[in-house]
Amino acid sequence: MTLPSIASLLRPSQYFTVRGGVHPETRKNLSSESAIEDMPIPSLLRIPLQQHIGAEAEPMVKRDDHVLKGQLIGKARGPVSANIHAPTSGRVIAVGHFAAPHPSALPVPTITIRPDGEDTWGPRLPRLRPENATPEEIAAQVAEAGIVGMGGATFPAAVKLNLRARYDLHTLVINGAECEPYLTCDDRLMRERAEDIYDGIGIMARALGVRQIVVAIESNKPQAIAAMQQFDRALGIPSRVQVVPTQYPMGSEKHLVKTITGRETPARALTADLGVVVHNAGTAHAVHLAVRYGEPLISRVVTVSGRGVKRPANVRVLIGTPVAEVLEHCGGLVEDPDRLLLGGPMMGQPIQNRRVPVVKGTSGILALTAAETPDRDTMPCIRCGRCAQGCPVGLTPFELNARIQSGDLEGAVKIGLLDCLTCGCCSFACPSNIPLVQTIHYAKGKLAEEEGRRHQQEEAKRLAAARKAREEAAAEAKRQMMAKRKAEMAAKKKREAEAAARAASAETPPDQAPTSQPQTAQAESTRDGGATQ
Amino acid sequence: MIEAAASMSALGLGLGLLLGVAARRFHVETPPIIDEIDGILPGTNCGACGYPGCRGLAEAMAEGTAPVTACTPGGRDVALQLAEIVDPGGDGDAALSDMADEEPHVAFIFEDHCTGCMKCFKRCPTDAIIGANKQIHTVIVDACIGCDACVEVCPTEAIVIRAKPRTLKSWYWEKPQPKFGAGAEEYPA
Amino acid sequence: MTAPMLASGPHTHTRFTVSRTMLTVSVALAPATLFGLYQFGWPAIFLFLVTVISAWVFEVACLWIAGKPIGPFARDGSAILTGWLVAMTLPPYAPWWVGMLGAGIAIIIAKHMFGGLGQNLFNPAMVARAMLLVALPVHMTTWVPPVGILDGPDIWQALAITFAGSQEYDVVSSASTLSHMKSQLGAGATMSEIMPGLADLEARMIGLVPGSLGETSTGLLLLGGLLLVGMRIITPVIPLAVLGTIAGLAALTSFVAPDRYAPPILHLTAGSTMLCAFFIATDYVTSPVTAAGKLIYGVAIGALVFVIRTWGAFPEGVAFAVLLMNACTPLIETYVRPRVFGRTRTGKPLPVKKSKSPRGEKK
Repeated sequence: MTLPSIASLLRPSQYFTVRGGVHPETRKNLSSESAIEDMPIPSLLRIPLQQHIGAEAEPMVKRDDHVLKGQLIGKARGPVSANIHAPTSGRVIAVGHFAAPHPSALPVPTITIRPDGEDTWGPRLPRLRPENATPEEIAAQVAEAGIVGMGGATFPAAVKLNLRARYDLHTLVINGAECEPYLTCDDRLMRERAEDIYDGIGIMARALGVRQIVVAIESNKPQAIAAMQQFDRALGIPSRVQVVPTQYPMGSEKHLVKTITGRETPARALTADLGVVVHNAGTAHAVHLAVRYGEPLISRVVTVSGRGVKRPANVRVLIGTPVAEVLEHCGGLVEDPDRLLLGGPMMGQPIQNRRVPVVKGTSGILALTAAETPDRDTMPCIRCGRCAQGCPVGLTPFELNARIQSGDLEGAVKIGLLDCLTCGCCSFACPSNIPLVQTIHYAKGKLAEEEGRRHQQEEAKRLAAARKAREEAAAEAKRQMMAKRKAEMAAKKKREAEAAARAASAETPPDQAPTSQPQTAQAESTRDGGATQ
Repeated sequence: MIEAAASMSALGLGLGLLLGVAARRFHVETPPIIDEIDGILPGTNCGACGYPGCRGLAEAMAEGTAPVTACTPGGRDVALQLAEIVDPGGDGDAALSDMADEEPHVAFIFEDHCTGCMKCFKRCPTDAIIGANKQIHTVIVDACIGCDACVEVCPTEAIVIRAKPRTLKSWYWEKPQPKFGAGAEEYPA
Repeated sequence: MTAPMLASGPHTHTRFTVSRTMLTVSVALAPATLFGLYQFGWPAIFLFLVTVISAWVFEVACLWIAGKPIGPFARDGSAILTGWLVAMTLPPYAPWWVGMLGAGIAIIIAKHMFGGLGQNLFNPAMVARAMLLVALPVHMTTWVPPVGILDGPDIWQALAITFAGSQEYDVVSSASTLSHMKSQLGAGATMSEIMPGLADLEARMIGLVPGSLGETSTGLLLLGGLLLVGMRIITPVIPLAVLGTIAGLAALTSFVAPDRYAPPILHLTAGSTMLCAFFIATDYVTSPVTAAGKLIYGVAIGALVFVIRTWGAFPEGVAFAVLLMNACTPLIETYVRPRVFGRTRTGKPLPVKKSKSPRGEKK
């Protein structure tokens, strides 16, 4: 054993874990020994225009267009958004709506491509030499490639790479914890592509201007740790691999930073306030591909697992591949799953429609049998306190549940509803099987909705006031016009009278009466001016 | 005996008189709550309540002839605020709790039927309808208060009021109703 | 094909369930109970069965009356456990109706009148014990020596004792450790005079002393308690706080006046100290949830037990101490909350400090 690894053994954070958290059965062995395989091009690709947090991308193609692999088909809109590229060459057969890979299955704007099977690359992005590139160039290249956080949060990566402008950053933490059970895509990627990932890490570190790099991997991935420990320097920046305890939710950004640096990120602040930026290992790999080879983010590694799948595997899948085809590639289902999930079993989203696509944030496709999922029967709360013990944030979920169930959302906010990560530890640990997390999801959604409605009401008031003001102005204008006209009429009458008086002396024709044309025109223009406000 | 009765009666009469005088003398004029109600109402004068404008509703509500839930575009928030200053009366509380679960509604224009007559455009109290003469109109969902005013004026019946469509951003998990035991009747914790 | 279920995550679950928890507690209670049943013989076995069965019957009846689903609640084991704990605190030769009354008080009054499982403010077993102690002082303080099932009354005599109130079997009435000590101290004796008359430490650890049906064997109760801690059914906070406080106060007082006050080891091994510390005070429903709250609760129970035993009218004060603190639990719960991540104790976000470069890593 080399000296640095002994030193890393002595690091206290390896033994003192974050408060709370749970230890679910990881069941990673289902897929952890299957090497990453490339899935063949599917028969159809459905690429949603919103696969990231922020604004939806703008479609750049129309129906019947022929697209090449890597071609930009959705352009980022606004500062927080991400580009979308064609995953392979083919024909656009629809630019419309399709069910989202989300429990609601609501229709979302989607570009559907029928691959031509040629897989012809279009022009790639210009390659960069990260050793010479400026941080701005690197961030721009990452933005161009449409890279988002690959851990599931799907926050546009380039936005996070630009944080150096506003914060004094010193540490880049690479999140290889992969604390969700079942998932092994980051594990496999670190084992098989350690060098590429390290290159990507170095590129990101350069863009951020940090002074050190920490790669955090949970202790249950010894091979990934060994693979990543071969490197102690990325593009000249000192780096170390830190083994963190196997505990859910170790991969939560703020908790990982707490484990590594011992410092707690204040509520509603960013880890960047502590000088730390966290990126996922998968994101580092995508950055490597984008900067060194000019390849945009068009595929990702997905763990297909669960006891309902015939052949659990780690598959590199093109973005937009229907879930059903990925499952078929893995031998199909053994039995009807109790739940079909995108993501891990703790925070993943259940779906019913198997034709929904894999998107940039899909880390896993899990078909869980009834034996693997919780019982549907619930019991009353017995106040055992396991939810409070398991909560990594220090909340008392049983109290939140009681308050929300009785309709007291404000009371729930008072005891920390908005601090909840919805990590699922409380529901996981609840012996009465109470759906605490769903209750909390409901409360958060309801609060947001009420907030929205209040906002809309104020807006309606404002609009109504504006309209009233405009109508009054129009009426006023009309009144003035009337007064003017009256004056004119009076003047005319006077003139006429004078003329008549004069006519008495000499016969002359009377003046033409002024039309009402200008007045209506002015009223219309006031109204149009108001409507475009 | 007579003395006791007399003194008690005198005491009662005297005090009663005092109270009566005090009530007259220190009578406080109740401030008109019409303005207060009017301030809470959206002020869009949309007419959804059936009264002539928000002011009309405020007057009716102050008299007690209109329920606090009369303002449908204002929804639950407005009704709750009103219930604090106006007595919701009889089954007002029940109406309030019914209102809680009501989904927001918005207008929707069937493009096939729209003739672009501008009638709804002129009637909309929040300028939520956009369009020009002889052009198909459309509703800005975020600005629409679902007040029904446009539906009434549409000559081709091209406008309907429907539940506000859900989007991924506005969707959320519904409130779980814990069931204790398989097939057990519902019974909240 | 059935469509997969749509419910919010998590989609995996711990193996712990309510009935599993109750089962583990039962397993932990079993050694001390079996030993007690063996020591006190057939009357104790009958009393135990009557209490447990009637607790379950009352539970089902209450569920039926309240119109709640009977199946899952009747199977969760909580009623059986409550009846079991009530039986543990009864004198072994008490007649059947005392057990049934205790079970009835625990299940009907203390549990279902408050709303059933998880809703009760007070520990059902302790409510039953306190009410019985006040209402039936004679029945509840008639102790018998543990002679073993073979040397005690046979089945027929036992049936007569439990179900017919027969006095025919010649019971050698004797005093429990705490009541003996209390009466002697009251009569003016000093501790050094009393101590030789008490059972020795070994007998108290094993359970060879007169006392309640399941409370005599300190050692086996401790074993069961450690099992609960080991299985992570309970956290060690409350037991340590209760035992530590009793021992601490006893050490202090007996150091100041050794003749007037019992030594700590006597407090820890007599009466229902162990049962209380591991099985009664740790009841989920009626104790605070957070660690700090548990500490306050445990310390207060320990202090109250000591105070009642030493200066109160009753030789044993566990039931009253626990009930008093049960009443304080909502208060503790309101004021003692865990600190939220990223916030100060008062709920404000932590101040955002200027980031420093990590020590020793500067280039």
